[in-house]
Amino acid sequence: MITLQHYLLVSAALFSLGIFGVMTRKNAVNVLMGIELILNSANINLVAFSRYSSAGLDGQMFAIFVIVVAAAEVAVALAIVLTMYRLLKTVNLDQADTLKR
Amino acid sequence: MNVADVFFFIIALVTVGSAAVVVLSRSLIYSAFALLFTFFGVASIYILLGADFLAATQVLIYVGGILVLLLFGVMLTHRLYNLDLKTETFQLIPGMLIALAVFASLALAAMNTKWKLVPEKQVQPTTDTIGTLFMTEYLLPFEIASILLLVALIGAAMLVRRRTDV
Repeated sequence: MITLQHYLLVSAALFSLGIFGVMTRKNAVNVLMGIELILNSANINLVAFSRYSSAGLDGQMFAIFVIVVAAAEVAVALAIVLTMYRLLKTVNLDQADTLKR
Repeated sequence: MNVADVFFFIIALVTVGSAAVVVLSRSLIYSAFALLFTFFGVASIYILLGADFLAATQVLIYVGGILVLLLFGVMLTHRLYNLDLKTETFQLIPGMLIALAVFASLALAAMNTKWKLVPEKQVQPTTDTIGTLFMTEYLLPFEIASILLLVALIGAAMLVRRRTDV
């Protein structure tokens, strides 16, 4: 019998994998992939609660808005990454340290 | 253990396994293609949860839009003639510790909380209800979301424009 907890565990695994990717990757595009994993795990939680609680479809509506924001986010983030590549000739995040020096 | 349970475990395994490939693989292209399987796995989880409209949206927007955009990002930021799209890693130990701590706390919270559950509802098509909700209860967020998309479109175009007049 699949219960709410199973879905929450899958989502927790996706979330921590996303955190790991965001923290350890040097490539900016790869960091974006980690962020997408995190957003997807949040969406699984929202939809699971929408099914197993008495809240109706509100969880699914929130998930749709999360998808909209993710689409806007990835467009702007890729524009920033392309600009960074044009300016610095690299997309490695540890080499973008002009402010530090 | 019935058929639906077996399906759930297969889908969960594919989703989490390919997500692990996304964050562990050394090659950017492998990461991007593993992300494809993760997105499809999440869409299948939506189907198991009875969210048919959301599953279609997931495939259309994530696989059709975001993943293609990420692949463009990979292709445009590397010189393709050496085809050596490796990514380096750093902070491996702290990252692993924090990821494990996050997973442990989330899993403990999920298992130990007494959720107020209702008996499983009958699965029925959601598209009609979602459309009605968009036009009534969620009208303001719906309009704001459209403005947000317009702003993101203009902003992204502004950012990557070649400045000729400066």
